[in-house]
Formats: sequence, C-alpha cells, structure tokens
Amino acid sequence: MKPLLKASHVVEMFGGLKAVSDFNVYLEQGELIGLIGPNGAGKTTAFNLFTGVYQPTSGEIEFDGQSIVGLAPYQITQRGIARTFQNIRLFSELSVLDNVKIAFHDHVKYGLLEAVLRVGRYTEEERQIERDSLELLKIFHLKDKAYETAKNLPYGAQRRLEIARALAAKPKLLLLDEPAAGMNPQETQELMEMIRWIRKEFNLTILLIEHDMSLVMGICERIYVLEYGHIIAHGTPEEIQNNPEVIRAYLGGAS
Amino acid sequence: MNIQRKNDLMYLVLGLVIFGIVYGLMEGGMIGSFWKLNIIIICINIIMSASLNLINGYTGQFSLGHAGFMAVGCYVSVILTTNFHMPLIVGMLAGGAAAALLGCLIGLPTLRLNGDYLAIATLGLGEIIRIVIMNINYVGGAAGFTGIPHLTTFPWVFFTMLVTLFFIKNFVNSTHGRACIAIRENEIAAGAMGINTTKYKVMAFTIGAAFAGIAGALFAHCFYIINPSSFTFMASFNYLIMVVLGGLGSLTGSVAGAFVVTALSAALASWPEFRMIIYALALILLMFYRPQGLFGYVELTAFKPFRFLDRTKGGRE
Repeated sequence: MKPLLKASHVVEMFGGLKAVSDFNVYLEQGELIGLIGPNGAGKTTAFNLFTGVYQPTSGEIEFDGQSIVGLAPYQITQRGIARTFQNIRLFSELSVLDNVKIAFHDHVKYGLLEAVLRVGRYTEEERQIERDSLELLKIFHLKDKAYETAKNLPYGAQRRLEIARALAAKPKLLLLDEPAAGMNPQETQELMEMIRWIRKEFNLTILLIEHDMSLVMGICERIYVLEYGHIIAHGTPEEIQNNPEVIRAYLGGAS
Repeated sequence: MNIQRKNDLMYLVLGLVIFGIVYGLMEGGMIGSFWKLNIIIICINIIMSASLNLINGYTGQFSLGHAGFMAVGCYVSVILTTNFHMPLIVGMLAGGAAAALLGCLIGLPTLRLNGDYLAIATLGLGEIIRIVIMNINYVGGAAGFTGIPHLTTFPWVFFTMLVTLFFIKNFVNSTHGRACIAIRENEIAAGAMGINTTKYKVMAFTIGAAFAGIAGALFAHCFYIINPSSFTFMASFNYLIMVVLGGLGSLTGSVAGAFVVTALSAALASWPEFRMIIYALALILLMFYRPQGLFGYVELTAFKPFRFLDRTKGGRE
C-alpha cells in the first residue's frame, strides 16, 4: 500500500538559510507519528510545507498518491489535511460553537441563493452542522461552553477547541503542532487519551509535534527527530530514546 | 414551522408595522415634505451602511470607495429610465448589476491588499469612478444629469431596504457568511479550515457593491438632477461613519448608525454654522466612550429587553 503522506528530498530555503534540507518522511494510513527536535529545528516549517503555507524550494510532497506542491492551503485542507497551530489561531471573537461550524464549510452543499432565501437544503444542513458541531464539542468536553467567546476559554480548552475545529473539516490526516503546550501533567494525560480515541473513532492518521516527551513516547508509534533542518534519527520510541545522536542533540556533548 | 422561519416572519411583521405607521403619517400629512425626503434618504443610507458593513464589518476588508459604486448604479439607472423610458425596477436591477460587475472586477486585484493599502486603493477607485463620470458628456459631465423622472417613493425605498436587510442577515448566518467572518477573525486559520479566502472576499465586495448600486438608483430618482459631486470621497466617508458609529459587524448597528447620522444632520439643517461642530463632537464623544460603536459586533437582540425578538438562540443561558 502507498503511504498516505510522503515527502521526498524536500528543501526549504529562507534567503540563505536552509530551514529544512533533504527532508524525507512517510506516513502510513492510520499511523500516529511524532516529530521532535530542539527549538528552531524546522518542525513547524515542515508543517507549513505540508499545509501549503510555504512552498518547498525543491522536492516533492505527495498526499494520497497525488502531489500537493503548489496548492493553496484551502485546497490542501479540501484534499484532507487539517492542522492546529502552535500559537493558537482561533476565531477569537466568535463563539466556541461558531468556531467549529466554520470548519464544516467545505462540506456544505447548499448554495448562496438557498442560504439567502432560506429554502431548499439550507435549513436541514444548518441543523445537521449544529448537531455535528455540538457532538464534536462534547467529545472535547467543551459542550457546556459552546456559547462562550473563544478568547475567554482557558488555555488548555483553547487547544482542545483547535483540535475539535480541525476535525470538523473531516480530514484524513491531522497535524497537531504542540497540542500539549501550556497544559499541566493531568491535562496532558487526558489529551493523550483523547488523541488515541479520536484516531480510532475518526479513522485518522496523526502527525504531531511535541516537546512533552511523556506524551510523545507514550502514544507515538514512530518518531522522527529533526535538528538544524535535517532528520537525524527515525524509529520507535525505544530506539529514539537510546539513539546517541538524539541524546547528543538534546543534551549536547562531543560529536 | 421552525424557529428560524418564525423569527423571519416576526421581523417581516415588525417591518410592515413600521411601514404602516410611517406611511400613514405621511399620507395623513403629519410629516412635512422636508422630513418626507429625509425619511427616504434614511432608508437609502441604511442600504448603503448595511452593504458597506458586509465588506468592512463582517469580512474585515477596509473599503473607502462605497460612494463610487453608488454613483455607478445611479448613472446606469438614470440613463435607462430617462433616455430609454424604462421602469424604475429595471434601472435598479441594471444599476445593481453594473456596480456588482465593477466590484467583482476591481475586487479581484485589490483584495490581495490588506489594511491601509486596501483602504487607499478603494479610495482611489471611488475617485476614479467620479472623475470618469465627470468627463462623460453623454451623462452631463460636471454639470450633472438633468430631467430625471421623480420615481422614488417611500414604499419603494422601504421595501428595497427590507430586502437588503433580509439578504444580508441571511447571508451572514449561512456558511458563506461564516466564511467571511472567519476571514475577518483570522485569515490564516480561515485558509487552513478550507475556506477560499480570495473567493469570499470578492463575494462580499461584489454583494456590497450591488446593493450600493441599487441604493444609487433609488437615490437618483429622488431628485430631478444628479451631479458627480454627490459621490466624492466625503460621501464614502460619511457611510463609513454610519457603519463605525453603529458598530462594525452589527446589522442593527448599521440601521441605527444610518438613522442617527442622517436624522442628526437633517435636524441641524437650520443651524448650518453649528452643524459640523455638533456632528464632530458627537462622533468624538462616541469614540471616546464607546469605541466599538453603538452595538459593536452584536445585534440588538443580544440585549435583554430585545431578546424576545430572536428565539433561535434561546438555549444560550
């Protein structure tokens, strides 16, 4: 079977700086993969390349057997990749419910005229969107906060809302950029359970960036380690923990 | 019948009641011709501010050229009604379509800009439209277009206004409108949620321009003459003031803003020397005490005494 996502020899230059070089990653259908590395290693750059925010200087990225190089972010989302952001990017002045509703956009079938005249598929589809949105919020323990303004949520809840919103786009591949940042150990533990559960329930493939090693080592099946834009190691959590290159990258030492 | 339909019906009945009262007073001679004209102007200004709000308030694209689209609708419609003796409705539709076409054509390149740059570009656009009209002899050039039939009546403007408000209300409560609001809130996140941001910016701009064109057609047929000097940058600015004063992203705010600004300047018409001073003072005070505008992102129905008007959000508390 072909991998769901495959990046081969991807290079991204910012002026003279090689943010990512000779980047090779593959994700099989249904896997849960971690991407780790010290600050500034190029992890978020890799996410931005996968989602069309940046275009690779050279190299190829294939999703579901087709190249996604050159597509705009919204086109990539429509193909089935959804993401969350490291620095939370919610629609902060809107209600929690509206944040999720917006993400259903691509799956709405009614047209402009039906919406304005409130005829045809409008009423039924809007009701369905509301029901599905509340269902998603329930999974992420946000249902009782559905009508609150998103910016007033506590930090951990905002991170969960970002995941709920990404799921509303009905992706095949979910990219999570530091989902546990700012969470306490208990919240992180809950998040881990949640990520495991949604993967099974929504039949997802997940790639996540995370600094919290308990989370990464706890749930990821394979891990890629980035340093200065290069992948220095790749393997199961046990292999990564004992890899001398990785230990050197994180703790320093003679190389 | 579902709650949404019931709500729409209630608004419609409310609109008809207001229409009945005002129209009755007009026909009964209780409202003089000066206020009669001003009530018509208020309705036209409500169309203008509501449509500008769709661009500036809901989609968050700062446009300063709204009077330009009004001018296009105005001139296209008067050519049809005066020179070709078409009925008003044809003039309105053609004026709206012409303004929409121009809005779409101009929106495509300019909406790639954002913030201040878009404001400057649309400002220039409004001026270009005005100056082009000024130099076309067929429509009278700078002297203005004369001999326009006086076709605009209160029922015409009131029901066009009602259609506009319903259109924009339903638009912003659909997935298309939510896409526009998402662009205002966070353009990068909107793109990441699968929203084609350019498409929806142009869509909002086009719809806004279309209603400005329709308002222009109604405006032209209030008087016997129209002149390009009615569509200067000051006019665009005046509509922006209505939107900001009422509250960006609030439809009831736009109605209130247009009403307050137009009624205030009409009431002060007898004291022309103080008019601008009071007007400016009112604006400064409002921005000082309520920078988000009278309503600021929320509708009238969000306030307690008016909550009964909107039952769709009944489960809010």
